[in-house]
Amino acid sequence: MTRDVSISPVLEPERYELRAAAPYRFDLGRRDFFKFLGAGLVVVSVLKPALAAQESGGGRQRRGDSLPQEIDAWLHIGENGSVTVYTGKVEVGQNIRTSLSQAVAEELHVPVHKIELVMGDTQLTPFDMGTFGSRTTPTMNLQLRKVASAARDVLVGLAAAQWKTTPQHLVASDGKVKDSQSARSVQYAALIKGRQLTQMLPAEDPLIPAADWKVAGQSASKIDGRDFVTGRHRYPSDQTQPEMLYGKILRPPAFDANLVSIDTKPAEQMGATVVRDGNFVGVAAKSSELAAAAVKSIRAEWKSQPQISNKELFDYLRKDPEQGNDPTGDGDRFDLGKVDEAFASADHRLQQTYTVSYIAHVPLEPRAALAKWDGDFLTVWTGTQRPFGVRGQLTEAFHISEDHVRVMMPDTGSAYGGKHTGEAAIEAARLARAAKRPVKVVWTRDEEFSWAYFRPAGVIDVKSGVRKDGSVTAWEFHNYNSGSAGIRTYYEIPNQRIVFHEVQSPLRQGSYRALAATANHFARESHMDDLAHAVGMDALEFRLKNLTDERLWAVFEAAAKRFGWGKSRTAPGQGFGMGGGYEKLGNIATFAEVDVDRKSGNVKVVRVVSAFECGAIVNPDGLRNQIEGSNVQGLGGALFEAIEFENGKILNGRLSQYRVPRFSDVPILETVLLDRKDLPSAGAGECPLIGLAPAIGNAIFDATGVRLRSLPMVPNGLKLS
Amino acid sequence: MSAIHLAINSKSYTVDVDPQTSLLTVLREHLDLTGSKYGCGEGQCGACTVLIDGKAQRSCVTRVGSVGARSVTTIEGLAKRDELHPVQQAFLEMGALQCGYCTSGMIMSAVALLQRNPSPKQEEIIDFMDGNVCRCGTYPRIVTAIQKAASSLHQVAAAKGGGQ
Repeated sequence: MTRDVSISPVLEPERYELRAAAPYRFDLGRRDFFKFLGAGLVVVSVLKPALAAQESGGGRQRRGDSLPQEIDAWLHIGENGSVTVYTGKVEVGQNIRTSLSQAVAEELHVPVHKIELVMGDTQLTPFDMGTFGSRTTPTMNLQLRKVASAARDVLVGLAAAQWKTTPQHLVASDGKVKDSQSARSVQYAALIKGRQLTQMLPAEDPLIPAADWKVAGQSASKIDGRDFVTGRHRYPSDQTQPEMLYGKILRPPAFDANLVSIDTKPAEQMGATVVRDGNFVGVAAKSSELAAAAVKSIRAEWKSQPQISNKELFDYLRKDPEQGNDPTGDGDRFDLGKVDEAFASADHRLQQTYTVSYIAHVPLEPRAALAKWDGDFLTVWTGTQRPFGVRGQLTEAFHISEDHVRVMMPDTGSAYGGKHTGEAAIEAARLARAAKRPVKVVWTRDEEFSWAYFRPAGVIDVKSGVRKDGSVTAWEFHNYNSGSAGIRTYYEIPNQRIVFHEVQSPLRQGSYRALAATANHFARESHMDDLAHAVGMDALEFRLKNLTDERLWAVFEAAAKRFGWGKSRTAPGQGFGMGGGYEKLGNIATFAEVDVDRKSGNVKVVRVVSAFECGAIVNPDGLRNQIEGSNVQGLGGALFEAIEFENGKILNGRLSQYRVPRFSDVPILETVLLDRKDLPSAGAGECPLIGLAPAIGNAIFDATGVRLRSLPMVPNGLKLS
Repeated sequence: MSAIHLAINSKSYTVDVDPQTSLLTVLREHLDLTGSKYGCGEGQCGACTVLIDGKAQRSCVTRVGSVGARSVTTIEGLAKRDELHPVQQAFLEMGALQCGYCTSGMIMSAVALLQRNPSPKQEEIIDFMDGNVCRCGTYPRIVTAIQKAASSLHQVAAAKGGGQ
């Protein structure tokens, strides 16, 4: 099959949490650059229009002195030779501060530690829609390499002019331009001194091919790692300002509750600033203990409607979906061939239903924001994957213009798709405006569980037909609510009907690492396993028979080889299984070994082998770290994580009640990296997650004959009757 | 409110707080020692771990009034000037962090473990560290880092022993 990479949309329909936010645009005049950057050389990266529409939310108006509007990054070399790169992307633990620095170091020929990245500051960096969808490596990494490469060419050109020679003999190396025919060399700083140079990125600038990379392509440890192991790094929740107060919000007892009556006098008597604005009630006080006590003292009466519980969830989701006829044309529906005829004429038919629960991101740093007003200018430090999106929410909330808001994003204590919105920023800003002092709001773990958003729950119905020889001929796939990422099958099936059905979700839901690709691959790869069983074929042989994509073949074969697929069991309760697929331009095959204790029902994942390929590898160790992390995080959703709720309340919203993967849950993790230096680099933060759940489910089936079709699979162990 | 004396990272502090206040809150808000992190508030994640008389304690569920004269070590007090503690060094070298928010607590727990058991087996590391959560999933690297730190500490001890 052919892959249309251009359709990989950034705004998959299940990014529910983004719908309300309008994209805002960056606008900066040429002469503004040197005002805040100082003299030197600036190279500006301009996106191609198609890419700009994706990354920046559409075309923009041009004005007289303005630079082209599709800017996504720029690089500045100061008169002292300092290199600063400005990007709207943010660091949440995926280590792009390091991998992007590597890309710049490679092209510009300066040491990695000499490069500073300014990230996610709405005043200093170009507009960026957000850090999600595994877009940083395929887009920003490439753009920064081009920018750095163009800067290098400018420097070589300056040296050539200075020496009155041609650039061909000159090479850039270690922060200098050197003449290969004589011993002379000149520092970048000396070439730039006293100048104000701007350079637009030339459309076609040859990049160093991946096979010749020296810095990129090598493992690099976290660039500012020392600040993290010494506790020096200041996360959003660690930020302070002089005269700062601590804010705390009064949360309603249920979702969508309305305030009926309230008495805030006790809180005011404690010396707290109290704000009541519609259903928003919050306090600001000199210490967090005082703020907590003040909120506790408030007497409030709320009214809410009866709401469904997790016990009725799956019936509810399938009951009343909006029709999946793709009215928006955004890929909610795909039809090929004649499914019903093919189904009728198949040798074996199979119809199954799969479900996935709501799960929480549980970023270890909860939402946090510090807000400060200077007159009508608002400055906010907050942990978010979308600083420009949060700026937009603040302009809406406070009816102020974009140029009156600055959002800054200190490197944050993780997100996993869960920090696209600006709740804490809005809360802190509202309290700060009333208190006339800076206010910091740090959510408690309970608040983060209840008032953030969840990975969507879903129901998936699959109906299929297969011939005796193992060719799948009919494939019908309906996903209710969980989402359309990864919904299309990569197996060659001539007759298909694939539909995503939107549903009004009972809980607030949004993006989660890998989106619905986890659910859709779980359903598809579990179902393929059942089909292989139905026709009596080996699970790997069956997949490869129905697969022509050479990149997927490669990862399945590599993982099978490392895993030792085909070996016989050595102990009762042992089982082997696989799952794989592609998502966000990456290719994964995951093989799992489980051990099921038939007496206790305890399921232990013993070993996981992942083979992954995402084009040319930028940072091999960073990549391994992402794949291992995906597998560890994925264990939770596969085995035991599920949000329980009833009547608008979360019932297990604490770490003592909601189980996340711990040291003792971790299997032996083995990673095989396939480095395709001939292919563009893609991201790796999400794709490696998608093979794990089906691999475990298929291994449990192998061990016990029990087919589990709900995520999480064994929240209370395996019930063997 | 009452004046409470604390010995933290070999320095003396006096803070005027309710003795019921958590040690974590005092460290972060009163002393600006923000290396210890809030993660759950109920001693379930280990991000707030500090050493009290060498033992790993969850500072979010430790009342400041209960600390008394015992010596408190936080992540800020671990490195000797510019020289990282072997556990810090090992975390860096093994890439045993992604977002790093759990790292302070992981390192403090690991230091406590190695003080008690200088040569822990892998199962002992996993057992001791099981109360510390890393959502990025760097657990295998943390285990390796602790093993590496254990062997560095042995080398340091051997070098000292050899010099005597």
